[in-house]
Amino acid sequence: MSTAILGAARVGYETKGYFRTWDQVFFTFLFPVLMLAIFASAFSSQSIELGPGQSITMADYYLPAMLAAGILLSGVQNLAVDIATEKSDGTLKRLGGTPLAPTSYFIGKIGQVFITGVLQAALLLVVASLAFGVTLPSDPGSWMTFAWVFVLGTTTSALIGIGLSSLPRNGKSATAVIVPIVLVLQFISGVYLQFSALPEWMQNLASLFPLKWIAQGMRAVFLPEEFAAMEPSGAWDLGWVAVALGIWLVAGLVLSRLTFRWIRRDA
Amino acid sequence: MPGGRLQDMNTSTPSIRVRGLRKEYGAHTAVDGIDFDVAPGETLALLGPNGAGKSTTIEILEGYRRRTSGDVQVLGEDPGHAGLAWRARLGIVLQSTGESGAFTVREQLAQFARYYPNPRDVDETIAAVGLEAKAKTRIGKLSGGQRRRVDVALGIIGRPELLFLDEPTTGFDPEARREFWGLIRRLKHEGTTIVLTTHYLDEAAQLGDRALVIAGGRVVADGAMDEIGDPSARVPIVRWREAGVLREERTERPGELVARLAAAGEPAALEVVRPSLEDVYLGLVGEAGKQSADQPEAGDGGTSTRGRSRRAEQQEVTS
Repeated sequence: MSTAILGAARVGYETKGYFRTWDQVFFTFLFPVLMLAIFASAFSSQSIELGPGQSITMADYYLPAMLAAGILLSGVQNLAVDIATEKSDGTLKRLGGTPLAPTSYFIGKIGQVFITGVLQAALLLVVASLAFGVTLPSDPGSWMTFAWVFVLGTTTSALIGIGLSSLPRNGKSATAVIVPIVLVLQFISGVYLQFSALPEWMQNLASLFPLKWIAQGMRAVFLPEEFAAMEPSGAWDLGWVAVALGIWLVAGLVLSRLTFRWIRRDA
Repeated sequence: MPGGRLQDMNTSTPSIRVRGLRKEYGAHTAVDGIDFDVAPGETLALLGPNGAGKSTTIEILEGYRRRTSGDVQVLGEDPGHAGLAWRARLGIVLQSTGESGAFTVREQLAQFARYYPNPRDVDETIAAVGLEAKAKTRIGKLSGGQRRRVDVALGIIGRPELLFLDEPTTGFDPEARREFWGLIRRLKHEGTTIVLTTHYLDEAAQLGDRALVIAGGRVVADGAMDEIGDPSARVPIVRWREAGVLREERTERPGELVARLAAAGEPAALEVVRPSLEDVYLGLVGEAGKQSADQPEAGDGGTSTRGRSRRAEQQEVTS
């Protein structure tokens, strides 16, 4: 009980700390919004055509991609860098000397990812709709899909971030170790480059990682039904999105459970 | 818990009991079989050069490190296996850390106070470390000495029965150190058991009831502040100048010697020196250093330059 109460108290504290750390806010919170604005403006004269009368603007195409990128950045990049830094600068050692349960600490981190992730998604939707004229779905079914892909994707992403936080050897190298992983994933998973235009081997490789499935789920929500034909299997495959993200969620949970320590013992 | 507040140190169980503690890092032995007790309410000054095994010992007591062998009881539990309820009874002030400091002093203390079942009042704690004027300042904007006071405040916010202070006054100006000593004396009066490591021997003498001197992973002295070391090291020294030559004599009766000298006329450059704890301490670790002179230094994350200059000093004193 007190573990949950303290976890809730940590959520507020972590969120406040996040918004006071300027580089985290820029590179994990505002970055997808900035990229959406750049892509939508730079390619404003272009459109993606499926057939006669079936075309969407670049802003339409990049909105689901940037929502997916936001989930990855707010979870994986944010937590992996943040926790690695806290491990290195003594924050975790100090917490390890208090009666705070590690579970409360994780509730705080994951809660912070959810709050900032929801704000980020809301900002992306508002900017896409008001600044770039993207028409948002109006049927409840699409928003239900959006809700579960967002929740499952964000949870998975946060757990993978916790797991990856033990990869950098110190806080200074954390950004250099984590950002390339996240960047490569975004290029092969259909975030910056149109997924259907990638070579098959790259599509298959991307299918091993969760971002491809988050992006596919988001496309299912925001692109017209006819665009399902451009997916590798010719369908949105939402069932497989759930399965792939579920597997990564369990993997992330096991990884974080096995690798997390308040301090590097006897290092 | 009530047992921990008893003033009679002889009948109550010790707050800390260490027997045969060893810690090895590969081939290097950082702690080489040490024994000691700390009674409830006592303040133990843990002294020794960098690399002596102080930090390793303290981190084992705090539950941060595992020991290679030996028996350790802290507040009646094995720190290697003790739970969160045990942690709630401890206060830990680590050597200074480099946290980003995005929170204000008050926010940080209010957050940490939540973790403990019976915390101190946040504003009273801020006042106790003299940071009232900085309560609403972000920790990242404080000076080094002010940040150290935040560390101390975070260590005592949970009203600990047992407080570990690892070089708490590094970076303090003399006035801040005096104020800090006052705070520690108040904690002692409340019955808090304290384990203090410091490089300032005057600080150890001011605050400690007992000193435990470690060198080369072994205990080289354990006793009351005014009793540790070789008794001959405490014998007062009388110095004076005679026919242009500086003379020096150790005697238990310096007054007699001075009177005798003065009978023959006012002696030049006369002084009577009672060796300080620092002199006794340097004698102790200097001897231990000679015995294990080629022992490599490791494990004790302290600044090695200071370690070197200190050893240089010791050699000067002992040679």
